[in-house]
Amino acid sequence: MNDQTLSFFARLALAFKVFFRIIANQEYAVRVSGLGTDKRPAPVRPTSFKEAHPDSALQLLGLLQQDGRFIDFLEEDVTGFSDTDIGAAARVVHEGCRKAVREHFRIVPICSDAEGSRITLQEGFNASLIRLAGNVVGKPPYSGSLVHRGWRVTEVSLPKIADGHDVRVLASAEVEL
Amino acid sequence: MSEGRFSLGIDLGTTNCALASVSPDLDEPQEIVSEVMPISQLTAPGTVEERPLLPSFLYLPHPEEFPRTELALPWNSEEVFVVGELARSRGTATPIRLVASAKSWLCHQGVDRRAPILPPEAPQEIGPISPLEASIRYLSHIRDAWNHVHPDASIEEQDIVLTVPASFDPAARELTAEAAGEAGFKNLVLLEEPQAAFYSWIQATRGEWRKQIRVGEIVLVVDVGGGTTDLSLIAVTEQDGAVQLRRIAVGDHILLGGDNMDLALAHLLKNKLAGKASMDLWQLQALTHGCRAAKEALFSNPDLATCPVAVPSRGSKLFGKTLRTELTREEVEQTIVEGFFPIVDVSAVPLTRARGALTRVGLPYAQDPGITRHLAAFLKRQVSAAEDLEGFAQTGSSFLHPSAVLFNGGVFKAEFLVKRTMDALNSWLRADGGSEARLLEGADLDMAVAKGAAYYGHVRRGRGVRIRGGAARSFYVGIESAMPAVPGVEPPVQALCIAPFGMEEGSDAALPTQTFGLVVGEPVKFRFFGSSVRRTDSVGTTLESWAPDELEELDNIESTLPADGRTPGDIVPVRLHARLTEVGTLTLEAVPLSGDERWAVEFNVRGK
Repeated sequence: MNDQTLSFFARLALAFKVFFRIIANQEYAVRVSGLGTDKRPAPVRPTSFKEAHPDSALQLLGLLQQDGRFIDFLEEDVTGFSDTDIGAAARVVHEGCRKAVREHFRIVPICSDAEGSRITLQEGFNASLIRLAGNVVGKPPYSGSLVHRGWRVTEVSLPKIADGHDVRVLASAEVEL
Repeated sequence: MSEGRFSLGIDLGTTNCALASVSPDLDEPQEIVSEVMPISQLTAPGTVEERPLLPSFLYLPHPEEFPRTELALPWNSEEVFVVGELARSRGTATPIRLVASAKSWLCHQGVDRRAPILPPEAPQEIGPISPLEASIRYLSHIRDAWNHVHPDASIEEQDIVLTVPASFDPAARELTAEAAGEAGFKNLVLLEEPQAAFYSWIQATRGEWRKQIRVGEIVLVVDVGGGTTDLSLIAVTEQDGAVQLRRIAVGDHILLGGDNMDLALAHLLKNKLAGKASMDLWQLQALTHGCRAAKEALFSNPDLATCPVAVPSRGSKLFGKTLRTELTREEVEQTIVEGFFPIVDVSAVPLTRARGALTRVGLPYAQDPGITRHLAAFLKRQVSAAEDLEGFAQTGSSFLHPSAVLFNGGVFKAEFLVKRTMDALNSWLRADGGSEARLLEGADLDMAVAKGAAYYGHVRRGRGVRIRGGAARSFYVGIESAMPAVPGVEPPVQALCIAPFGMEEGSDAALPTQTFGLVVGEPVKFRFFGSSVRRTDSVGTTLESWAPDELEELDNIESTLPADGRTPGDIVPVRLHARLTEVGTLTLEAVPLSGDERWAVEFNVRGK
């Protein structure tokens, strides 16, 4: 709660402001009438955040590098190269990274409708699966155009890592004898 | 027998191994489902993954090459060699330490298959291993991977069906069974790969197969694996009102497969790039992978005219160093379709080229890449394969007419190649006055062999249709006839039949009346022959002469008579007795005229 103090005049000004707002705004009036009763909102509990363990992230980077040269791709400066050169490299990266991702994740679209088609969202739709954008007003059912079908992982199968294996090594240096 | 056991099918392939199982609780034949069991393996140092295929590669690392824990497997923290995916990927950069194609070496008659000869030409400090040892290690890996997941059903106690090419000779079968024994498998049978593919098809039709093939038909199985091409003929017969399947013929051992096709494309593109950049072995391998992907894209999408192929540099710089080229539809058709599946006349004969006198020790790869030519030659040789079956008369045909074809192997995922092979076959059939053959649909091209083997292991307990076949060849021992020595003229050799064609598993051949003299205390060698076309010879039949492709000379067989109780140098007359074991291997014994002793006659696997 706010612990600052208010002067008499400040309180008087506030009383007038609140008086007129209660007359004009029905919803506000309902909320004020609830003050002083037990219908106050419960105090907000803090959400606990967990630290993401870096091992699987490092493992994935390693897989993307191993199969798709992902780190090589990102770590190089593209400015000096032609689109043809970049395109040739992108084929390697695309093919390899796709293989790595498909081998370890099963990824499915969230909406099966074609992008651009109109879809209707009923009340109680899952807001973490579907994000509303644009003219977000009113109440469900909402009707709108599907801009992006969304992706969701349904299965993960990451490789097992031996004790003592250093996942921070994304690609070992190579020396030809 | 064997209630409560899993039936496991193991496809010990030239380039990949696979494992499938049928759980013991299933009953009705229609419901038998073979499941592919993924195999845990190292996919990178310190990284273990389950994959449906275990690449048949073995890497023998330098002691300094990996930190100790990096080769650990869930069941063994002290492993010192690598099997599977990591072996294959490491081997690209260090081929001197990579054992590959062990299966082809296992049936290579020119080398000692128990001697440490792999990797070929490897420096001694690497500690080379024998083809037999490599097979043991692949099977042991599969054993440990299964046992790790099934601690209550150890693989040693389950029923194992291990597949071998139909064209494997008795020595190679024996070595395969020996490898399985060394790996600890107790309840083992061998099954020919094309038969396994056929069982898998039966299983996939869910009981409908009886509607798809009728009595009186002959099914041709064309199995093109990574490294070998295997052909078989299966006849649908009837006995006492029940449909019976009989494997009536198998083809020769042809070292030619899908890997050759990808390599051919890679060399084509390498030449295309030749002016622009040089390419090392590692890049050639990457190019081969790229070609395979591009080939599949072109075959699966008929609208595509070209498919780009990019080969990354080995270093960390990708831009500007990545080689880019493309594979055109025309090149694929020219190389794969015309090269490996040429439309030829049925009279075509596979080309053979005289080998140079000073060849390096290498695998006897097929010299003609034309699979359709090998197929034509096979059907011509087997023209009378169905002669002695009632209702199969094909009088006046110049080759055996199959009425249906089953394809197997990843190569045939390209439907175009299936169509091409069917077109070639049907053009021969039309020209020969026969009716066209049709394609049997619904085969699982990648996993059929392992799945079909597991299915067979289950039905051989008595719950479903079985393919009868027995020995795919008749076997002969060479007898040198006595004649005055003439310089430069080899004494003529007669061939004495000791095991007839179609001998069933678990049966004994009769004892021939002819005897041989075994010298006490000395190893005695016999020349040994097999025939896939002489199906009516019985034990004791002696051939004075034969057509060049009628009998194939196999490795010698040899026996040593122990000296105990006899005078070394004495000659004991013996007869040779053959038996086809339940496992599916041929055993030979020397039996003296009197007494009940038996001496083993061994296949010589020590090369010529």
